[in-house]
Amino acid sequence: MLHTVNKSPFQNSTLESCQRFINKGDVLLLIEDGVYGAVAGSAKSAIVEGAIQSGTEVYALSADLKARAITNLIAGVQITDYAGFVDFVEKHKTHSWL
Amino acid sequence: MSDDIKKIMFTVRNAPHGTIYVYEGLEVKLIMAAYDADISVVFMDDGVYALKQGQNTDELGIKGFEKTYGVFVDYEIENVFVDKQSMEDRGMTVDDLLVIGEDEDTEAPIKPKVVDAAEIAAMMAEQHNIMSF
Repeated sequence: MLHTVNKSPFQNSTLESCQRFINKGDVLLLIEDGVYGAVAGSAKSAIVEGAIQSGTEVYALSADLKARAITNLIAGVQITDYAGFVDFVEKHKTHSWL
Repeated sequence: MSDDIKKIMFTVRNAPHGTIYVYEGLEVKLIMAAYDADISVVFMDDGVYALKQGQNTDELGIKGFEKTYGVFVDYEIENVFVDKQSMEDRGMTVDDLLVIGEDEDTEAPIKPKVVDAAEIAAMMAEQHNIMSF
């Protein structure tokens, strides 16, 4: 499964909800304002840290990171681009946590 | 031809009435139910509010959809689930849930089935498509 989250974890609880429904081996891709969930040392970092610890592959979309000048990512968060996004969609069933 | 039947899940995560999402999602479900699709609906997060019985939208001047939810089973939408934790977080119990139809033989009311996150995650993994409203 591919889960995409496009909301900031400070705006609403979408990222936390998503994490509850993730199966082992699923991919979590943070896009748009969702990339704020990948920032290290924030009050909401624990959500993505927990996901990584429980075996979820977590990615953030490079265009959205760059646009928001985010460089301090949580350890273990990987970066992908639009082509990578397409590859994920091709490979997995997708749920968009809008 | 059962191999051709697609498993389609609808997730409902928005509260009703504040936005058009839940209403439009219902329309899509009814349209899809007209085709040979294996449909399931999962209410989670604020979506569980859409399942509260006794909704009256008269003063809002909109149609409301509790009555339409009430005939889900007649539309062969029988796999309707509600996330236990989302419901409990909002102080709701099974008693608060609306009815989605009645048993063909006993006429007993049918309510959405309460499931936990692990069960929902397992069901998600089996779908051909998941649509979010």
